[in-house]
Amino acid sequence: MTSKLNETKQFYWYAIPGVTAFLALVGGSFFYNIYLSFNDWQGIGTPTWIGLTNYKELVHDHTFWLSFLHAVEFIFAMSIIPTALGLLIASLIYDFIAKHFGNAVSTFLRISLYVPQIIALPVVGILWAWMLSPNVGVINTILKNIGLDRFALNWLGQGGTAMFSLSVMMIWIQIGYTIVIFISGMSRLDPYLDEAAQLDGATWFQRFRIITIPQLYPEISVVGLTTTVAALKVFGPVYVMTNGGPGDATQVPAFFSYFHFFSTLRVGYGAAIATVLALILTVLAISLLRLQRKVELSR
Amino acid sequence: MIAKKKIGLTPYLVLIGLIIMALVWLFPLYIAFINSFKPEDEFTKNGVLAFPHHWDFSKFGKFWGEVNFSRKLFNSMQVSILVSLIAVTLSFLTAYAIGIGKVKGRNWILGFFMVAFTIPQEALIYPLYSVSKMFNLYDSLWSIIIIFGVMSTGFGTYLLSSVMSTFPDELLEAARVDGASPWRILRSIVLPLLRPTLFVLATMFFIFTWNEFLIPLVMLPSNDHQTVTLSMAITTGQYTSDPTARAAAALIGFMPSVIFFLIFQRTLMRGITLGAVK
Repeated sequence: MTSKLNETKQFYWYAIPGVTAFLALVGGSFFYNIYLSFNDWQGIGTPTWIGLTNYKELVHDHTFWLSFLHAVEFIFAMSIIPTALGLLIASLIYDFIAKHFGNAVSTFLRISLYVPQIIALPVVGILWAWMLSPNVGVINTILKNIGLDRFALNWLGQGGTAMFSLSVMMIWIQIGYTIVIFISGMSRLDPYLDEAAQLDGATWFQRFRIITIPQLYPEISVVGLTTTVAALKVFGPVYVMTNGGPGDATQVPAFFSYFHFFSTLRVGYGAAIATVLALILTVLAISLLRLQRKVELSR
Repeated sequence: MIAKKKIGLTPYLVLIGLIIMALVWLFPLYIAFINSFKPEDEFTKNGVLAFPHHWDFSKFGKFWGEVNFSRKLFNSMQVSILVSLIAVTLSFLTAYAIGIGKVKGRNWILGFFMVAFTIPQEALIYPLYSVSKMFNLYDSLWSIIIIFGVMSTGFGTYLLSSVMSTFPDELLEAARVDGASPWRILRSIVLPLLRPTLFVLATMFFIFTWNEFLIPLVMLPSNDHQTVTLSMAITTGQYTSDPTARAAAALIGFMPSVIFFLIFQRTLMRGITLGAVK
């Protein structure tokens, strides 16, 4: 018994490098950032303690609220829509394509839809900005070719369409991720239930809704969590495509804090934005995990 | 003999629908591809959709030379490989203590890593920036190697300890009865059995690091130290006037990722789905 206790203690040594480095780098930076959010600082000299002033200003900052509104729109484009569509498409691939046309076809479909996931977000942004450019861009060219000239807009250059264009791009990016996760989830399900329902004359959509979806709750919650977190963290595409504009039309929290850190040099204010974002993400993640556990227990 | 079931019309409709969707999804890559090889006068005359008559490889070389792409490739390779090595090693050791050693407080350590996963990089960037200046690591590749090497440990530990906690107990018990030390168990049992998983993790870290943007953007201002992703994002703005050069730039930018993906497709898919199963 004592030897086993000693042994357990010996294992602590293995955790020390990773935990220490992580605590110092991530933990240290995080708390230093919180400290900065209570200060007025230009990045040089000594920070001046101003208490909650930055946060009080945030509450009245119209752009700050707007940036969070856009983050919520990205939750639709990056999490809710891709999850719903991903479930449907994964199920179609799994039930119809793999069964009747073989693995080669289903692999081709999966890989084609997954490709946007492998490209770095800023590079994707460059590609789309190029496709969306008003005069020579491919999207407007197609619209003009099919006689829809009035819809050939300056997509990223107008406040009314910039967010919409980014959202469409996000759906294009995200769907591959949800499909891959859901297909792998489906392969773990017992086909018995589905076959029994089929014998009872249930239609495909009934089986999808009543049998497949409930069994995929674990995957759905993981996908929901990771994509929601990603939606609130969007930075790269906004940086390369719109710079938060036109005006503040595509302003998001991550870009807004970067803007104050490195453009206005209001480091304390940027730190306050980043702290609020971190707080929201943490609370959101914990409550989604809780919810997930509740759903699991209730079944 | 069971009669072959009739397929019916529905599967064919589904197939056609999904193939159209896949082609729409691949369309941006196709259009970037044909335009990066299209001579400029053809572009002006025939537009963006036309297939090139003559293949013009010069824009490729021009862009490659102008942004010194070889240098960027080398930087990105160096950073991504070292980050994978550091992160896999640190995650493996920490996960060993948690998953196999079952040390006290392991749930706290895991919970801490989980929470840290949700923290946005913006909430860390300014401190990292000012501290790296203090240590003279600003504008050095080492800054981002250290940062990503350590930051990736959170996800790696989480993933590996859940894999290790399913490790067969009998194997470990037998080794303990034989008097094997923790180091011995690590080297002769756990490491060999987990090697494929570690490879999956290393591939994922490699690609994640390759695609990182914000931290390199802040840490690496000078041209010679930039990574591929970073240099793509900030140099292509100069090419707004020439649409075909921009297509070539985008193509060069995502080519490495596509090549890695084709090489590591299976490994990567395993990793992505591994992460989703708790």
